[in-house]
Amino acid sequence: MSEKESLFSAKNRQLLLGPLSKNNPVIVQILGICSALAVTAKLEPAIVMGIAVTAVTAFSNVILSLLRNTIPNRIRIIVQLVVVAALVIIVDQLLKAYAYEISKQLSVFVGLIITNCIIMGRIEAFALGNRPWPALLDGIGSGLGYGLILVIVAFFRELLGSGTLFGIQVIPQICYDWGYRNNGLMILAPMALILVGIVIWVHRSRNKDLIEK
Amino acid sequence: MENLLNIFVRSIFIDNMIFAYFLGMCSYLAVSKTVKTSFGLGIAVIFVLFITVPVNYLLDNYVLKAGALTWLLGEEAAGIDLSFLSLIMFIAIIAAMVQLVEMIVEKFAPALYNQLGIFLPLIAVNCAIMGASLFMQQRDYANVAEVTAFGLGSGIGWMLAIVGIAAIREKLKYSNIPAPLRGIGITFIVTGLMAISFMSFLGINL
Repeated sequence: MSEKESLFSAKNRQLLLGPLSKNNPVIVQILGICSALAVTAKLEPAIVMGIAVTAVTAFSNVILSLLRNTIPNRIRIIVQLVVVAALVIIVDQLLKAYAYEISKQLSVFVGLIITNCIIMGRIEAFALGNRPWPALLDGIGSGLGYGLILVIVAFFRELLGSGTLFGIQVIPQICYDWGYRNNGLMILAPMALILVGIVIWVHRSRNKDLIEK
Repeated sequence: MENLLNIFVRSIFIDNMIFAYFLGMCSYLAVSKTVKTSFGLGIAVIFVLFITVPVNYLLDNYVLKAGALTWLLGEEAAGIDLSFLSLIMFIAIIAAMVQLVEMIVEKFAPALYNQLGIFLPLIAVNCAIMGASLFMQQRDYANVAEVTAFGLGSGIGWMLAIVGIAAIREKLKYSNIPAPLRGIGITFIVTGLMAISFMSFLGINL
């Protein structure tokens, strides 16, 4: 605690903003794709999922960062799983209470936040070795980076697949009269994978240093 | 019997863990560089799914569901509903089972153990395992046999997917791909194309 740095020093800002692009958990670190893509057919569940994951990552990072000196190294995985599972149960019950429709749409994918690799990854790689405040920022940053990808994918899938955004018609009726058709393939699972591939393509061609040899 | 076969085939081809629900993508992308290792991981996943899904089914039906404890505590237990605990119980069962499987394999099949190596413990946080238990809870299967068929089928479907992508990636090494797409990017797109081809199985009904 000797070197007192301000709450939003350059280093801490980097923790928060880095995961949004250069260090994005989904498209650069390739974590947490598991429970992500199936909720991106519409924007609304994608945003809710992003918020839920951000909350769980942030709180689990803080809790485990507070506990980090008391957990024996050998049983840390179990402790992590219990903390994360407890947080996910809280999120699940909150969603059922206040957003029942969306919780129905997300179905099993709320429960799958427990096994989301981003959360375990950030706890292992960051929270266990840092103080609570940077851990909180890191958790929020990673969650937002994950949410950002979900929103990008969901935006294109909903726009091209259903012609709507947040359930509101955005492609004017006149286009349909002239013969425009919604692309039904966008709603189906495979296009989520292909869209993420394209997002990675665009992102890497802008950040040349990320290109694999 | 026909019903069992139907559930089995459905969970391999139509409700494929990777192509329809994107479950277990992390290890799918990380381990699919060679056919040999991905085959080993696939076997381990089948093994763990085959055990954890039925165990979680029994746990859900005899302990956690609303009124499930009546066989133990009599009529006054009919109001007890522990289903909010199911997430934490499932993950605990999975972690414990993976540990158990690891010890059994180490004792009785050391050759297989050396081959699977680090993959076994990693399976505990593989979303496909947890996902299968949650789908099992959601889909209301009738008995243990159906659930076992579902678990086994999901595992085989997962292995099919990872061995397939590993074989394609081995060949992709020699092709001329645009630089930003190399590695992960092209893997995503190929997986998408594989998923489209798997969609042709839709509607199979035995």
